[in-house]
Amino acid sequence: MKSLEQLLAECEEAAFDLQFKRAKRWKAEDETRVIVGYLPTYIPREIIHAANGIAVGIMGTGDRKQIIKGDAYYQSYICHLPRGIIEMALDTNLEGFDGFLFPAICDCVRNLSGMFKLSNKGKFQRYFDYPQNFSAHIGGKFYIQELEKVLEDIFNVNGVRVTTESLNHSIGLYNTNRQLIEAIYDIREASPWKLSAVETYYLLRAGLGMPVEEHNEILEQVVGYLQNERGEPMDNTRVVVSGSFCEQPPIGLIKSIELAGCYIVDDDFMLGSRFIIGDIDHHTDNPLSALSEAYIHQSTFSSAYYDVGNPKGKRLVALAQRRMADGIIFCAASFCDPALLDRPELQKEADAAGLPHINFQFHENTGQFKIIKEQAGTFSDSIKLWA
Amino acid sequence: MSSHKEAIKENSMIIQKEMLAKQFKDLSMAKELGKKVVYTFVPGNLTELILSFDMLPVYPEINALQSGMRKKSAEYIRDAEKIGFSEDVCTYVKCDIGMMLNGNIGPTGEKIPPPDLLLLSYTGCFTFLKWFENLERLYPGVPVAMLHTPYQEDGVMTEDQINYMVKQMKEEVIPKMEMVSGQKYDHARLSKMMENSAKAEDLLVKILESAKLVPSPIDAYFAGVYYIGPIFTAFRGTQEAVDYYTELWNEVQQRIELGLGPVTPEGEIKEEKFRLVVEGPPNWTNFREFWKIFYDMGAVIVASSYTKVGGVYDLGFRHDPKEPLESLSKYCMGVYTNMNLPQRVEMLENYVKEYKADGFLINSIKSCNSFSAGQLMIMREIEQRASVPVGFIESDLVDPRYFSYSNIKNRLESYFQMLEQRKIILKQEATTI
Ligand code: SF4
Ligand code: SF4
Repeated sequence: MKSLEQLLAECEEAAFDLQFKRAKRWKAEDETRVIVGYLPTYIPREIIHAANGIAVGIMGTGDRKQIIKGDAYYQSYICHLPRGIIEMALDTNLEGFDGFLFPAICDCVRNLSGMFKLSNKGKFQRYFDYPQNFSAHIGGKFYIQELEKVLEDIFNVNGVRVTTESLNHSIGLYNTNRQLIEAIYDIREASPWKLSAVETYYLLRAGLGMPVEEHNEILEQVVGYLQNERGEPMDNTRVVVSGSFCEQPPIGLIKSIELAGCYIVDDDFMLGSRFIIGDIDHHTDNPLSALSEAYIHQSTFSSAYYDVGNPKGKRLVALAQRRMADGIIFCAASFCDPALLDRPELQKEADAAGLPHINFQFHENTGQFKIIKEQAGTFSDSIKLWA
Repeated sequence: MSSHKEAIKENSMIIQKEMLAKQFKDLSMAKELGKKVVYTFVPGNLTELILSFDMLPVYPEINALQSGMRKKSAEYIRDAEKIGFSEDVCTYVKCDIGMMLNGNIGPTGEKIPPPDLLLLSYTGCFTFLKWFENLERLYPGVPVAMLHTPYQEDGVMTEDQINYMVKQMKEEVIPKMEMVSGQKYDHARLSKMMENSAKAEDLLVKILESAKLVPSPIDAYFAGVYYIGPIFTAFRGTQEAVDYYTELWNEVQQRIELGLGPVTPEGEIKEEKFRLVVEGPPNWTNFREFWKIFYDMGAVIVASSYTKVGGVYDLGFRHDPKEPLESLSKYCMGVYTNMNLPQRVEMLENYVKEYKADGFLINSIKSCNSFSAGQLMIMREIEQRASVPVGFIESDLVDPRYFSYSNIKNRLESYFQMLEQRKIILKQEATTI
């Protein structure tokens, strides 16, 4: 059995493997297996799993790949994420991927789906439209049709038809995956020193490129280890980080916040893995309908989800209160319209709830963290001082 | 720099000015007139439906562009940034919110009333969703009707998508309109309006397609934005719109007969030197100066994508009185920014060829991802497919901080030189063959 440190090291490596070796190895074992790459944030990976595929999260290149060609595809005032993805598509990184899904989160991702179409990357490229109508017989039905389109795309590649059993089985596996992730967040709520936010990030991100069964095993072992003491409690400030949404902050940024004396007790870095709150029915005659119901009624708040009637500001505050956070760090990618347009409202709600907050913007390849560390440190000190 | 001469106006322009003046007057008196006010967006708008309930539409994008033209936008954007909006986001949103913070005074100096309904026809741009989420908080208690338009991901509109939209209209949009207006949905009235829509659309297509003539009698971008005004906004489906387009078409026909070039604020273009297709919205803060760079060089825009944001009628779509809700759905799905990238490229390529353009130019807008993300790839594709020189300039819609006159002028001058060179080469090649 591997030690916790070994598991974390394995996850760190898997999380930033931009060649997606683990997924490609898995595919090579059986010719009906497919790899479907998807962009942030959320894709119901269950359907891909049930169709004998692996859904691989393409979260950008971060600061781990030099962008040479990608910059020629994007103006300076467009966020960084898509240029790294184009770089990977033009390079060898995405070779062996059978198809790509582009969730409806913003115009950049939407138009990127067209760029993949124009350059014929993969055997299919699909913009995955989320309904913004939340009635089961309208938006729910539309969502099922979107799921069916993806299943058809995969069928056209590998000839595999999903069944009620295979879908229920996959839903069950992802239920376990989310339960384990939430268990880790709950442990960190009670004892944040046991596992740093950076380590948690590695653990979650690694799951985007390996079979869910393997990820579940790792998470289970980690949860087991975390029942024991690890590390020392410190006099840190408890914060929630909000706004990361899609383009991922560099690890240096997360580290800087932690080094500045903050425990990150919740965050939305790996939003897609935690998008559905709670379990999805996996003993059902109609699993696609169960997935649709879950999207409609169990989605977390995010910049991609129309929130009139269920405002995300209030949900963020409730989360911060549940995690007993002392403050919120707003941290969104530069030029990210969806995340940045949410910010004023979120800040207003934080103010109304008396939750102090600060705000950073980043690029996935930001290299300088000194100022961020100083600001986070001052923020943390001021909270302690006035608490 | 900007000309202070009074712009030369044609009759159709005067008619349009009067139409707008009346619209804003009505809006300022909405309460007295007992009219309810609906805020909505230009792409994928449901104007006929709104008007069929006797409600008055307001288009925050139009207010923002008008604020840009009236040099108010810098202040409005600053005020929105003061309350937490990032420098990086869509400036239309900030301009609109800033205008609201400053008393919501419209382009005619009259106050625009607050909304009774926010109709979020969420078409072709993700920012619309965020925009109205913000407005919903700024106008607490005002109902929001969401109409989600599926993207033309496969380059087609499916029956399922149309049904999805019609159902949303029947169960979400229309009931909210009935509740707000106190009137029942009137299918026959809506259908009748669509006869007018289709008539105006026929005329608009003739007007825009007149630019296929060499030389072109119109500028399909700078003047084009005026031509599309009534049909893209509050007047589609009305007799006034039909009258306006009839008058405009008569004027264009006269110009064709007389062999006249496009009308600019300083009179006709005397010699058409370059014919261009332009992708991307124009800049509004320095609109006249921007246009002048082109007409001073004899550059005429013969086709543009921006004049298709409120409907791509030249590709054949017409509002259909026989199935009004279905046709509104198809209309929403068909607007330019709701077309996928391969469709957009194909359309632009055809424009370059059919309108005999000498070049293809992109005006990339800093704060508009809906247009800008992917434009560099569009440019490469057009260059390869249509074999014309491509040009690229950058500005913003309403944030004057991002309009650099000298940069744009320099770039355009080099581009025009390139076009000139190419013309000489092509001429030489033609004579040697
Ligand atoms: S970072 Fe924001 S703007 Fe960029 S692709 Fe992601 S959601 Fe879109
Ligand atoms: S991003 Fe572009 S299309 Fe969207 S609201 Fe802003 S200006 Fe309009």
